[in-house]
Amino acid sequence: MKRFISITAAAGLLLGLTATAKSAGGILINGAGATFPYPIYSKWFDEYHKLRPEYKFNYQSIGSGGGIRQITAGTVDFGASDGPMTDSQMESAPGYLYHIPTVLGAVVPTYNIEGVGETLNFTPKALAGIFLGSIKTWDHPEIKSANPGASIPSKPIVVVHRSDGSGTTYIWVDYLAKISPEWAAKVGRGTSVAWPVGLGGKGNEGVAGLVKQTPNSIGYVELIYAKHNDISYGKVRNKAGKFVAADLDSVSAAARAKMPSDFRVSITDSPDPEAYPASGFTWLLVYRKQKDPVKGKALVDFLNWMLEEGQKSAGELGYAPLPPVVNGMVRNTVRKIEVK
Amino acid sequence: MRSKGQGDAIFKGVTLFFSLSIFALTAWIGWELFKNSKLPMEKFGFGFLWEQVWDPVREEYGALPFIYGTVVSSMLALAIAVPLGLGVAVFLYELAPPGIGNAIAFLTELLAAIPSVVYGLIGVFVLVPVMRKAGAPYGVGMLTAGIILSVMILPFIATISREIFKTVPQTLKESAMSLGATRWEVLRMVTIPFSFSGILGSVFLALGRALGETMAVTMVIGNRPEIRFSLFEPGYTMAAVIANEFTEATSDLYVQTLIQVGLVLFFITIVVNGIARYLIHKVAKQAEVVA
Repeated sequence: MKRFISITAAAGLLLGLTATAKSAGGILINGAGATFPYPIYSKWFDEYHKLRPEYKFNYQSIGSGGGIRQITAGTVDFGASDGPMTDSQMESAPGYLYHIPTVLGAVVPTYNIEGVGETLNFTPKALAGIFLGSIKTWDHPEIKSANPGASIPSKPIVVVHRSDGSGTTYIWVDYLAKISPEWAAKVGRGTSVAWPVGLGGKGNEGVAGLVKQTPNSIGYVELIYAKHNDISYGKVRNKAGKFVAADLDSVSAAARAKMPSDFRVSITDSPDPEAYPASGFTWLLVYRKQKDPVKGKALVDFLNWMLEEGQKSAGELGYAPLPPVVNGMVRNTVRKIEVK
Repeated sequence: MRSKGQGDAIFKGVTLFFSLSIFALTAWIGWELFKNSKLPMEKFGFGFLWEQVWDPVREEYGALPFIYGTVVSSMLALAIAVPLGLGVAVFLYELAPPGIGNAIAFLTELLAAIPSVVYGLIGVFVLVPVMRKAGAPYGVGMLTAGIILSVMILPFIATISREIFKTVPQTLKESAMSLGATRWEVLRMVTIPFSFSGILGSVFLALGRALGETMAVTMVIGNRPEIRFSLFEPGYTMAAVIANEFTEATSDLYVQTLIQVGLVLFFITIVVNGIARYLIHKVAKQAEVVA
């Protein structure tokens, strides 16, 4: 394992060196991690580079797991993850890592049922039952009673999930674990889980493809993916009892909950009455004590810009911005980053 | 004269170094895989090979469903591709008029050049709906993966076998014909026995490709780590699970378990190739005796 890390580190260093040489005197800040926020991060880094040409951010979307490994090994200046680090992961890092929420995303149920064109409503019980395999046909009372007008066929349900480990899966199963004690006990939470039923598709495109092709199937994809590809998705009943469709407002609303000061929190099944329940943060991972004063300052400057200007452009790409209360709290955290 | 001798020595040394580096590289890959999978070895031992649970949340891992999926999908591919590939090779060598033969040979080789993700897409958009109509409940599954794999390995068997047929001495065939043998008899009694070891070699080369194929398989196999005996049901392979789960594997045990899956795949490939070598060796000896 150590050897593996050192090889990755060497490769990273090599990449870093060549990139530094290219940027000719500029300051290069390297980061790696989650794939889900990659479009917005690359947009931010690009905009920020135009604003401050001396800073150049290089972000590699290698996955949250890789992001956590690399920031722990110190081969990058910041990490990024769709799931909070566990306590044991925090301990194995050489310094305290701040979790800085940047934007919010959501995961939506998408389906393909013969003869159903309208938007379906899903109760938490229905979703848990379908993904546990205890609800086997579409005309189950739990589904029918939430959709009185729809003509739902009596066909077996085909469940589709992600085959690759992903933050999308984490948000989805974290939600299921909160609303269903059976799910929490049997399956649990993780970027990959032992699915009780269903087929695995690789990536959002794999899941969406399987759902589109398989009659009477249901899967889950990122809200952004669904929006960019015009995939219709269902409403989910939130904790307050309201059927909510995922959009920027309802996803943002999910973060209007009680927030711990380290932001290592899941906001699925939010109590807010307007909230879409399968929503989640994505975080940047930044050391509290920055070793390199130049890079540290660049990071703090960027984070402050991200919380002000960056948030405004998040919506265009389909990411929900942080609600004002949370934004203020994050600013306080950024202030606490120590740059020598 | 002397400098020429020196040149030979240097040449010999350099080529020897290159050949030995292959050994070193293989050994090194094996060693790295072994060294980086200590945690699961301590925790699961050999039970890893026959346990069927794959639960990243509770960190319980067993590789049997993946081993099963890899072996079964590859065998299915061989069962389809070997007769088909040999048929193509025989046609190209014995029967086809030159113009058509060359065109088909070119197209067969072209099959080998298509990237595997393209095969995966063809699988998803063309084969999966067909399979669903044929009775597979999901369309994706073990048989679908086997069929896609068979098309991918077909060129190995067809083109190599054809080249090997070309090495059959014309005199042998002519003597058989002069004794009154028909085309079919010449093929059955001279050409195929003479080139049997080569054909076997091509089959195992193809099998090696099938065992390690990742992208196309993961797109059509359904990615379900369970052992189901119906070929219409979904399955999973070792290469596919590594590709799927490695990027988001956070704990050391998880990462090392995936590396250990790689080690098992590495071993299976070596064993398969070892068997191939042995068979080829045996057949070659028999051929010598006959000759």
